[in-house]
Amino acid sequence: MAEGTKLEIVSPERLLLSETVQSVTVPGADGYFTVLGDHAPLMTTLKPGFVTVVNSAGISHVYYVRGGFADVSPEGLTILAEEAEDIAEFDRSKIEGLIAAGLTAQQAAATADEQMRLQQEIDNWRNLLLDASVGTGAAH
Amino acid sequence: MASLKDLKNRIASVKSTQKITKAMQMVAAAKLRRAQEAAEAARPYAERMGNVLAALGAAYAGRQDAPALLAGTGRDQVHLLVVATGERGLAGGFNSSIARLARETAQKLIGEGKTVKILTVGRKGNDILKRVFADRIVDTISFREVRQLGYVNASQVGEKILAMYAAGEFDVATLFYSRFRSVIAQIPTAQQLIPAKFEAPATDAETLNYEYEPDEEAILEDLLPRNISVQIFRALLENNASFFGAQMSAMDNATRNAGDMIKRLTLVYNRQRQAQITKELIEIISGAEAL
Repeated sequence: MAEGTKLEIVSPERLLLSETVQSVTVPGADGYFTVLGDHAPLMTTLKPGFVTVVNSAGISHVYYVRGGFADVSPEGLTILAEEAEDIAEFDRSKIEGLIAAGLTAQQAAATADEQMRLQQEIDNWRNLLLDASVGTGAAH
Repeated sequence: MASLKDLKNRIASVKSTQKITKAMQMVAAAKLRRAQEAAEAARPYAERMGNVLAALGAAYAGRQDAPALLAGTGRDQVHLLVVATGERGLAGGFNSSIARLARETAQKLIGEGKTVKILTVGRKGNDILKRVFADRIVDTISFREVRQLGYVNASQVGEKILAMYAAGEFDVATLFYSRFRSVIAQIPTAQQLIPAKFEAPATDAETLNYEYEPDEEAILEDLLPRNISVQIFRALLENNASFFGAQMSAMDNATRNAGDMIKRLTLVYNRQRQAQITKELIEIISGAEAL
């Protein structure tokens, strides 16, 4: 399977990337996983995080994705993300803003369930910032 | 009969109108290209989303535990019509044809004894519909200040609709927009958003032994609300392209009409000038003969 896998990263606004790559690391709902060629069919929702792409020349590149899902099929891997951008465009302060907004909402939340949900969301964002400071999601 | 000076003024004014319509046509053409590119760029996402949902949704067909967005509320008493139009006029029949389709649908539903609520997206649709259905418009969203339509705008509308649905304010939601076929053909379209409708999966390849993370149900519940926003986003982009297409052909017509008018007016102007010269000559000659 030296030929690798076909990868497409799609956001609602555009097709961000479409090429054949060696491996892709994806922030799935149950944690980061890496897809090589001939992966078993899998579908998962995405957590906010970083997609690390190793292209056919062995050079890795990182993209930030948020919300959506990844679809691994025999034809390749498709990442449909609500937001997807190059890591160079990633804005730390925006995430910090989201954390602050989440904390305020948590204060105002009426039910324990709602508080739990928001806490989870905030944790997600915090993890994301940790990942960002390490550089990539490959740290997992 | 208008004097020569009047005619001259008329011609000058029609000429400047023609310049304006010509400029608007060219601007619309440039914007149309960009709008069309944006609409095409959004297509892969919406298509894949549709395929995946169709495959997942098929498993839930007719089941009791299907998510509410897929199964509906089990009633169809209260209808929400989401009418997406442009922010501006001067685009031929673009806005009014969408509004007409929405109005006809609304009247039919009212005739059947259903309750109709209207959510307008875009100022023009609101202007047209409030004449007839002022008391049925529940809200209106305008993107007048937005320069470049983004997914954020669509999810704003999507969240609004989802919140209303969660609050039980309607049973069925239908989206009205104009599908872009070509520069001269835009088709007003009604699309049902809630309960979600999908085309049957194209191939059996979709029913491979997929592994789901976290599980099928959770994925479906995550995707259905997103799908609403995606559908709206696509509709907005199609609308945008249609708008510029309609504007372009409307302005093209206007430019041509102005050209015809200038031609006619110039003919009249020349005839009158000729008649005046002839008249003056006759006066001079008959004056000379009388001597």
